[in-house]
Amino acid sequence: MLRSPSGVIGLIILLLAIALAVFGPMLFPNSPWRMVQRPFLPPFTLSTVPLGTDALGRDVFAGMIFGARVSLLVGLVSTLVALVVGLPIGAMAGYFGGKVDDALMRFTEFFQTIPSFALAIVLVAILQPSIYSIVASIALVSWPPVARLVRGEVLSLRTREYVQAAVVTGQSNTWIILREILPNTLSPVIVLASLMVATAILLESSLSFLGLGDPNLISWGYMVGAGRTVIRQAWWITVFPGVAILISVLGLNLIGEGLNDALNPRLSREGR
Amino acid sequence: MLSFIAQRVLKGVIVLLAIVVLNFFLIRLAPGDPAVVMAGEAGASDQIFVQQLRQKFGLDKPLPEQLFVYVKGVVTLDLGFSFRQQAPVSKLILERLPATLLLTLTAFAISLMLGILFGTFAARFAGTWLDTAITIFALIFYAMPLFWVALMGILLFSVAVDWLPSFGYETVGANFTGLAHVVDVARHLIMPAMTLGLFFMATYTRMTRASMLEVKRLDFVKTARAKGLSDAVIQRRHVLRNALLPVVTLAGVHSGTLIGGAVITETVFAWPGIGRLMYDALLQRDYNLLLGVFVICSAMVLTFNLITDLVYRLVDPRIEFTA
Repeated sequence: MLRSPSGVIGLIILLLAIALAVFGPMLFPNSPWRMVQRPFLPPFTLSTVPLGTDALGRDVFAGMIFGARVSLLVGLVSTLVALVVGLPIGAMAGYFGGKVDDALMRFTEFFQTIPSFALAIVLVAILQPSIYSIVASIALVSWPPVARLVRGEVLSLRTREYVQAAVVTGQSNTWIILREILPNTLSPVIVLASLMVATAILLESSLSFLGLGDPNLISWGYMVGAGRTVIRQAWWITVFPGVAILISVLGLNLIGEGLNDALNPRLSREGR
Repeated sequence: MLSFIAQRVLKGVIVLLAIVVLNFFLIRLAPGDPAVVMAGEAGASDQIFVQQLRQKFGLDKPLPEQLFVYVKGVVTLDLGFSFRQQAPVSKLILERLPATLLLTLTAFAISLMLGILFGTFAARFAGTWLDTAITIFALIFYAMPLFWVALMGILLFSVAVDWLPSFGYETVGANFTGLAHVVDVARHLIMPAMTLGLFFMATYTRMTRASMLEVKRLDFVKTARAKGLSDAVIQRRHVLRNALLPVVTLAGVHSGTLIGGAVITETVFAWPGIGRLMYDALLQRDYNLLLGVFVICSAMVLTFNLITDLVYRLVDPRIEFTA
């Protein structure tokens, strides 16, 4: 991974974003909701509010720092939840085959056919916007690729000799899946997961942009959405949070590519 | 081939019915008694009125019967009534559908053409500065949030230089007719379609490039070269044709994302399609309309998937027409 330049750049970006999200609020304690200066203060005029203020005089830079927490957290947690849903479904489908496989894969395909962003909008709107409903909806629309990937891997692994050996020695199905098969599916899953975090961040920001963000948490998508109506007077309110989303997603995609090259060289040219 | 289409259509109908059933339960997930919510939407919460609504929409009947009534309604294109807009949901959607189709299909065509073009260039000149430049641009476009691209487009092309209109479908009050009207709509269409197409263009560029480099190494390309065919002919007839197969698959997979992108694009550019309708329904918490749009979006994705499936089988004669 460290040998691929794109992976290294991606890793640096991610580490910077994490550092900003974790330590930023300690160094810049300005609350992103508090009015600190006159409204529409252009960026680079005052060192205390380096990126200017929004329509209510709130600090854009503070919003970006606190927004990093929401974006990264939602990205990571929803990906984890999607893995928790997708891994067992894929593993069972691939391991048991036959009718179980058929049923589980039809179920997966069904979820894959539904337009994911539209479903996420409907779910968050109905469950009421909160960090939990956002994470749940993003996870619900993003697990199918995990299930399909894991199923494919398990399908090929289960005929391997060491798995057959475990069957012969009388190990239980659960033990074989957990101890013998799943660890060997990890590398493609990790690659997929890193790309899923990126997609989740984009999804979360799009939901917040449409006004479906958690009303108690500031996020990059919300900031762009709030700045949208005043874009002609104050470009900076929309430009900076968008750049933050772009850079984080770019970093995660680069990491995904770097991991892909490092972990499965045979797949490295497939791209996405 | 006909039986293949019939089978696929049947499969699509079953999936659509499943989505309708899902939809039915989603409505019931919404907080509060649907009759009270509806009464609130209609602007009254009188007990008798609520009871009347309950009877009218069969909400006092057992759940399976309600489900049956709902599914029957959807099958006959009755998607319920929007109290906020005082119109049947299906009428609202049908009015807006042409604008969405115009937007998504234009975006799709642009992204596919440019994506294949750039991908081919990158693969043709792999390892040169041109390849690097295309790859970097594709990576960046791939990571940009759609709503932000839309706003940056407005900032650049409507605010900084006044080249393109920043919202709407046509110039309000201009009443153009004939060619002037077409030109007017086209001018309004450019920015939304380019915005929506950019992400997909980046995807197709990356896919075409990767796929062409993959095909280039195959034996039949060596054979073609050995036959003495010119490089241009090999690229066009042998490499590109085979490299496009995964791109077509990807186009099918992405139809859902295209619809989702249309919601955002139409919202930013005030494009009068069903995406914008969905956003309005969202703002007004008009659940009937919201879920109606959702069903129609799903139906569009299913149709699009069916078409790409057919195209895939047409461009690749090796795959037989079996479902």
